Amino acid sequence: MIEFDHVSFEYEKGKPVLTDLCLCIGQGESVGLIGANGAGKSTILKLILGLIRPTSGTVKVFGLETVKENLAGIRKRAGFVLQDPDDQMFMPTVLDDMLFAPLNYGMSREEAEAKADAVLKELGLEYLKERYNHRISGGEKRMAAIATILTMEPEMILMDEPSSSLDPYNRRKVINTIKKLPQTRLITSHDLDMILDTCSRVVLISGGRIAADGPAETILTDKALLEANRMELPLCLAGR
Amino acid sequence: MNKLETALRDISEMDRLAVKSSPVHGLSPLAKLLVTVAYIAVTVSFSKYQLSRLFIMIIYPLLMFSASGIKISTCLYKLRIVLPLVAFVGLFNPIFDRSPMLRIGGVAVSSGVISMITLMLKGVFCLMASFLLIATTPMDSICAALRKLHVPSMLVTLLLLTYRYIGVLTQEAAVMSDAYALRAPGQKGIHFSAWGSFTGQLLLRSMDRAEELYTSMQIRGYRGEFPYAKSSPFCGRDALFAAVCIGIFVLLRFVDVASLVGGLFVR
Repeated sequence: MIEFDHVSFEYEKGKPVLTDLCLCIGQGESVGLIGANGAGKSTILKLILGLIRPTSGTVKVFGLETVKENLAGIRKRAGFVLQDPDDQMFMPTVLDDMLFAPLNYGMSREEAEAKADAVLKELGLEYLKERYNHRISGGEKRMAAIATILTMEPEMILMDEPSSSLDPYNRRKVINTIKKLPQTRLITSHDLDMILDTCSRVVLISGGRIAADGPAETILTDKALLEANRMELPLCLAGR
Repeated sequence: MNKLETALRDISEMDRLAVKSSPVHGLSPLAKLLVTVAYIAVTVSFSKYQLSRLFIMIIYPLLMFSASGIKISTCLYKLRIVLPLVAFVGLFNPIFDRSPMLRIGGVAVSSGVISMITLMLKGVFCLMASFLLIATTPMDSICAALRKLHVPSMLVTLLLLTYRYIGVLTQEAAVMSDAYALRAPGQKGIHFSAWGSFTGQLLLRSMDRAEELYTSMQIRGYRGEFPYAKSSPFCGRDALFAAVCIGIFVLLRFVDVASLVGGLFVR
């Protein structure tokens, strides 16, 4: 589903963010992308969506290379939940935001509204439907941001720090929602407890390269590996 | 409370007013928009000495305030920052235009004073009409109505996004201002030496946010056209409201009702 073939990327010449990265993610996988600040996690998400182009190498998503002519097709099938829901929710109400993508992709308003209603019901968020985006709480915004992406019916969901700035109750709510999603998932986060809870595979990025790639239980319990890459054991495994 | 937070509450208050229920709230946004534009056009078209004819234009905002259940005091309170600026517009007229125009009792009133009051009233009336439109119609509905009138999509989108993000940016500015105040005890406001970096930071934050926002639009299929709110139908009642209001405005513009009424009492 996602294929990075010897991908390198640099924002500034001579300062590579990713170096010769090779990565394959198959359909239905749930992958956690972890690493220290500046490791290149968000860059990987942007490359998948074609928001930036690799300096060298190729990125293929759904078998399509991320070149201009394929981007509309890729983005229609891949949903991206941004780190800050205020960036994602730019329409006046939650419903307007949920309708934004389906209407852009040619769905009729009636169809799109029916889809939005179904998603809201599934997530237990019916009460947010007509609410103004700037008047809902942080936790509600995060859930609504996920809802806006689900209305697109994506085959794959990318999430950038979905549990950041949430209280324990809302964090748990988001985790439970993510766990129920049937789509292929790629989640970047520093919240290793959440990654352990929601992902079966973990890719550890360090200095623009893959430092480790394997089952979540193996990587997230390897204290030496995590500490060598400026990370710590998940709190649930750290003991006191 | 931080002044910026107060401003934020004011914006939220407008949203609350816009979703109230009243005969005015129930009218089509397009009808209200057309009537507001017509009202402003007619109001500003009076010459600077037509004070008595202009004064009668207050009827529209008064009736609308009464029908919508919104207090005039709320409007005046919300406009408290702009009103002094409106007053400032005509402030120099009495100095430059001193020719006597009329006498009240034994006191001569100069043309400058009349034109100053006329300018101020024009400003206040137009602000009141605009306030009424925003206080009785959600912003997304106003945008949908503007698109119906074929206002360019780019402008309407900018208006919608500005309205959406004004709150977010105000919140960011409030946080920055609090952070400043905590490290500058005893200082009132932000010292002018920090204004540059303060606004610069805010601009950079806005640019970052704009970039993220555009990313969010791009990945959800944005191709230059925004899907606006479902527009409510423009029915017979709305057409009647628009026709009657615009008709009365035109009548007031071309017929000197104030003189006619005055003529009934004074020979």
